[in-house]
Amino acid sequence: MKKKQKNYNLILGIFIALFMLLFLLAGLFYTPYDPDAMNGAAKFAAPGTEHLFGCDHFGRDILSRVMKGTGTTFFVAVSTVVLGGGIGILVGAFTGYFGGWVDEVLMRFNDVVFSFPHILLALVFIGVLGPGKYNVILALSVVFIPSFARITRGEFLAQKEMDYVKSARLMGVSHLRIMFVHIFPNTLPSVLSMAAIGFNNAVLAEAGMSYLGIGVQPPDASLGRMLSESQTYLMSAPWCAIFPGLCILLLALGFSLLSDGLLKKGGK
Amino acid sequence: MKYVIKKTGTLIITLLIVSFLSFFAFSVIPGDAARSKLGTEATEEQVEALQKEMGLDKPIVVQYGIWLKNFVTGDMGESYSYSMPVDQMLKEKIPVTITITLMAFLMILALSVPLGIFTAQHEGGWLDRILMVLNQVAMSVPGFLLGIVITYVFGLVLKWFTPGAYVAASEDFAGFLGYLIAPCVAIALPRCAMGVKMLRSSVISQMEADYVRTALARGNTKNRVMYHHVLKNALIPVLTFWGMTIADIIANSMIIEQVFTIPGMGSLLISSISNRDYPVVLGIIVLIAALVVVINFIVDLLYSRIDPRIRIRE
Repeated sequence: MKKKQKNYNLILGIFIALFMLLFLLAGLFYTPYDPDAMNGAAKFAAPGTEHLFGCDHFGRDILSRVMKGTGTTFFVAVSTVVLGGGIGILVGAFTGYFGGWVDEVLMRFNDVVFSFPHILLALVFIGVLGPGKYNVILALSVVFIPSFARITRGEFLAQKEMDYVKSARLMGVSHLRIMFVHIFPNTLPSVLSMAAIGFNNAVLAEAGMSYLGIGVQPPDASLGRMLSESQTYLMSAPWCAIFPGLCILLLALGFSLLSDGLLKKGGK
Repeated sequence: MKYVIKKTGTLIITLLIVSFLSFFAFSVIPGDAARSKLGTEATEEQVEALQKEMGLDKPIVVQYGIWLKNFVTGDMGESYSYSMPVDQMLKEKIPVTITITLMAFLMILALSVPLGIFTAQHEGGWLDRILMVLNQVAMSVPGFLLGIVITYVFGLVLKWFTPGAYVAASEDFAGFLGYLIAPCVAIALPRCAMGVKMLRSSVISQMEADYVRTALARGNTKNRVMYHHVLKNALIPVLTFWGMTIADIIANSMIIEQVFTIPGMGSLLISSISNRDYPVVLGIIVLIAALVVVINFIVDLLYSRIDPRIRIRE
């Protein structure tokens, strides 16, 4: 019975993620207005045919800014997952496959780092490096390494005892080839799901830090910063908060559904 | 007892490592503390003299030793931007953050335990499905966004509270707690959703165990089996989650305090990061890190109480 049930999480997750992707890709080539152009006449214009999502306190078109801001958030999140995930997977693969004292030390270290909330660690790094888009990427990447390393290590530990690895070894296949051509594809379901979780966390962390004013800096449009600016005018112009907020929510929701669906598909 | 001693040892080592790493990071990267304190117009001699005074010419390990000794006795150095001892600045802020943490944590417990059990008991029912969909959405909302929504709906439209009208605890304690309800809800809801999800799946997986079938076959009522047998086992994995939740609440209160303009540790940390006021940042971060490590230690001990197998395995 359960097997026939459709994987709604995966379908909905892919749908939302694709929708947001299209939204931001469109924003790369076309925005209805210049996202930075200020228009005194359109100050706090309500959503309507002229400005679909309304205008902010400088008379900037919110739809255009949300499109650009989603792009920035996406860029930060993707860079973080690629950088942090890449290093984490490499660390996990080597420590899981070879073991030894390096593995022991790194995993102890991992345990310590792992027990700290992501956002707190990222704040520490921002505290040391200073605010800015690239520092946020760097901070979040470092913060994400342990979780990727842990997942990959576990998978490699389990896989390296399998018969197919032993027979490949007997046939003279090199360690590196076994690791990345033979074992790695088998770890993909968990790694992909982890990547989706990482993406989700990165979106939330970036939005949070930009909201605090220590993340993405102007003139880059950012969803978090738009939210913090909108707070002063919440009563008179709630649309300044609604649309950026909705974008963050959709990005996070899409990828958390995606990771749930991927896990279910992997049978775990 | 042996287990407790071993865990205490790990606790102390972890605390030392964490504090050293933080200290190291903040003394290497930000550049010259003496120079930044004196400004750009200082002469070389002045800088050198101040470096000596601040102990910056000594090896890093010695510096760390001095700093640690001062830190333990409550002296966390002086803020660059306010020329005020850091511990003085923190004294009023710490209780605020701790109150938020406790309140949010109690909310999470009060909501997620009954909901988790309820949804597990009615797995697949319509109420369970609705709650699970809501859960999924709640998990994806960042706390500060929820805070803004709450400010708008309950503060501005319904006028249940006045946004920004923070009252200090010393002036009006009830008013202080009342103002904290909204921010605590904003912190608690996403984590509560995760708690419900965890407890639900934990209870469901326990219900399939043989001992449940046996207990039911012997004529125990469903409720008795749930509260006397299943729950004890189901709570074990959730306990780790709760431990992590406390750390998470503290981290998130840093952001939420900003949304509701609460003068806690978070607001101070953020403004200090922007001002590059490193002694304050270092003090707050080490303090929070220590708190997180100690909470994990307590959770580990509780864990071994509930499940003695853990003590034996290690």
